[in-house]
Amino acid sequence: MVECTVTIKNRAGLHTRPAATLVKTASRFQSEFTISKDGFDINGKSIIGVMTLAAEQGSTLQLRFEGSDEEEAMKSIVELFERGFDEQ
Amino acid sequence: MEHDPGKTSQQELILSGIPAAPGIAMGLAYLYSKQMPHIQMKPIPESEVESEILRLQSAIARAEKELRKILSFAEQKLGPQSAKIFEAQIMILNDQILIGTIEKRIKEELRNSEFIVFDEIGKYRRMMMSATDEYMHERAHELDDVTNRIIRCVQDQKLFSRLEGESIIVSESLAPADTVIFSRNQILGYATDLGGITSHAALLSRSLKIPAVVGLRTATKQIHTGDFIAIDGYGGIIAINPTEETIDGLNRKAQRLKEFEAKLVGIAGLPAETIDHKRYELSANIEFADEIEFAISQGSRGIGLYRTESQLIGRASFPTEDEQAQDYSTVAEGLFPHPVIFRTFDIGGDKISPEPYHEDNPFLGWRGIRVSLERPEMFLAQLRAILRASTRKNVRIMLPMVSRLTEVRRAKEYLKQAKEELKARDTPFDSKIKIGVMIEVPSAALLANEISAEVDFLSIGTNDLIQYMLAVDRGNSAVASLYQDFNPAVLRTIKMVIDGGHKQGIWVGMCGEMAGNPLATVLLVGLGLDEFSVIPSVLPEIKQIIRSIKYKDARKVADKVLTLSTEPEIREYLTTVVKARIPDIPLEEQSG
Repeated sequence: MVECTVTIKNRAGLHTRPAATLVKTASRFQSEFTISKDGFDINGKSIIGVMTLAAEQGSTLQLRFEGSDEEEAMKSIVELFERGFDEQ
Repeated sequence: MEHDPGKTSQQELILSGIPAAPGIAMGLAYLYSKQMPHIQMKPIPESEVESEILRLQSAIARAEKELRKILSFAEQKLGPQSAKIFEAQIMILNDQILIGTIEKRIKEELRNSEFIVFDEIGKYRRMMMSATDEYMHERAHELDDVTNRIIRCVQDQKLFSRLEGESIIVSESLAPADTVIFSRNQILGYATDLGGITSHAALLSRSLKIPAVVGLRTATKQIHTGDFIAIDGYGGIIAINPTEETIDGLNRKAQRLKEFEAKLVGIAGLPAETIDHKRYELSANIEFADEIEFAISQGSRGIGLYRTESQLIGRASFPTEDEQAQDYSTVAEGLFPHPVIFRTFDIGGDKISPEPYHEDNPFLGWRGIRVSLERPEMFLAQLRAILRASTRKNVRIMLPMVSRLTEVRRAKEYLKQAKEELKARDTPFDSKIKIGVMIEVPSAALLANEISAEVDFLSIGTNDLIQYMLAVDRGNSAVASLYQDFNPAVLRTIKMVIDGGHKQGIWVGMCGEMAGNPLATVLLVGLGLDEFSVIPSVLPEIKQIIRSIKYKDARKVADKVLTLSTEPEIREYLTTVVKARIPDIPLEEQSG
């Protein structure tokens, strides 16, 4: 299992489009992907879960990956956050 | 009146609201509520688990098909931005984790799929509802839509199986999705309790040519499914159990309007010019860029009031400067070479305060320019965004809710600062952009002369001006009938504003409802008004009146009106004047 913490950089937070990008990317990997925020966990491959997080710009999320491709999965997902989902 | 013994207990009841889409219709009411379909938890035998899951899967497929249809319709009619909510709903239907969990629970818990869908999505809904911000609450309602749709499909019910024949839909509010679905059925009209936020629905009704009245406040309480009702989308009136007299009256009105409208075909391309060649600016009030096309097709020569606060609908945060600039540029480009007046945010404090914000009397509270001046960052971002859209020099700025001169001066200081900031960024804009004031507070009307000395134009917002002048809340049914467009005090104030502007050499327009009232046109021309900004649907009619009068005669009419001292006298006189020139014009009956 690998873990890390990310901060949301893009202005509108994890709204529909970034949420969809996140889920799509996570689904390419076999590893399980869990996002924790404010003490509760959601499945990072579930769009409805990611939408429910209501993660705004500046909020911090803990990401957890578990599976055969966990390192690669983490790398791809962290990259998305760093690029601000290619949004302003 | 013919007396129908079967209807003795059914008295006619008239509700007035805001006319949202023109037309007249009569039929049976269908009360549309967004309540969840009734869901019962039922155990299922293990042998039926497989078929239960199959039923769920085909329901989801059907729900997706429905949503895709709505999505493409919405994209065409409302634009990609508004269509996004349907895309999000489709993504939820495709959420493999969610659907997988639901299927797993059906297998393990041996319960019916409707209940599991309701319960599982309900978990997320509760989390969203527990968030403090309004945006998440709206998202939660979208989840309701998704849940309802799946459950309805599961139950293999058609939403409108109970909707027999043609109906008038009565609901609290109509979301774009509702209007789109309804448009596939035989719908005669829409009547809603709420207004404003349903603008998209109103817009769609107009494009579908279905009469609509919004802002009726109590329609869903007073009307029941199956009631016979009449809807007048011109006058903004609903009649429940209309009398024979009302029905005849409306039928005649519908006929007259049809004939009158037929005559107006072709007038869109002609100028708004009196017989003695005095030209007027005739423009439209709009909220969304999508409305431009309709406004232009109606003969609008620009937008006299663009309500920028429409951008805030359904959003979590304020739109950024870039987002605003993009929106304003689309409008300005779409209208070029015609001008557009962007009114800066006319919002109450509740819209921008992070904490729940409540005022006992919001009409006398923190709104319009008062909010902007206390939130310089927000105001400057909006001013920069408007400036960025002004490169083709067809953009103007208007300040709402001004009540004193210092507010105008401070706003102009901010405009100067916004220009300097853009200059520093090397961003182009119209350095001579015109700025004006909306005159809607009596104190500003009294100061018209002084304000005019410092701005480029005035636009009279009659709705609020009249409410403030007569101390009448139009939404309060106990006093609504005291609201009078043609109260002599109101008309004298309008004259004072126009004279004040002209004395300082600036033009004076009107963007309130009165500008679109055919009974007022001759008077307003006579009072010297320079610009009329109205809802697009009444443009041809107002133009027709302007084209059938002489300015010098209108002056005489205005002089005469200013000598009259009660509203009924003024209405009666103006009706005679208008009817003498255009005998077949459909005029609203006295409503107050």
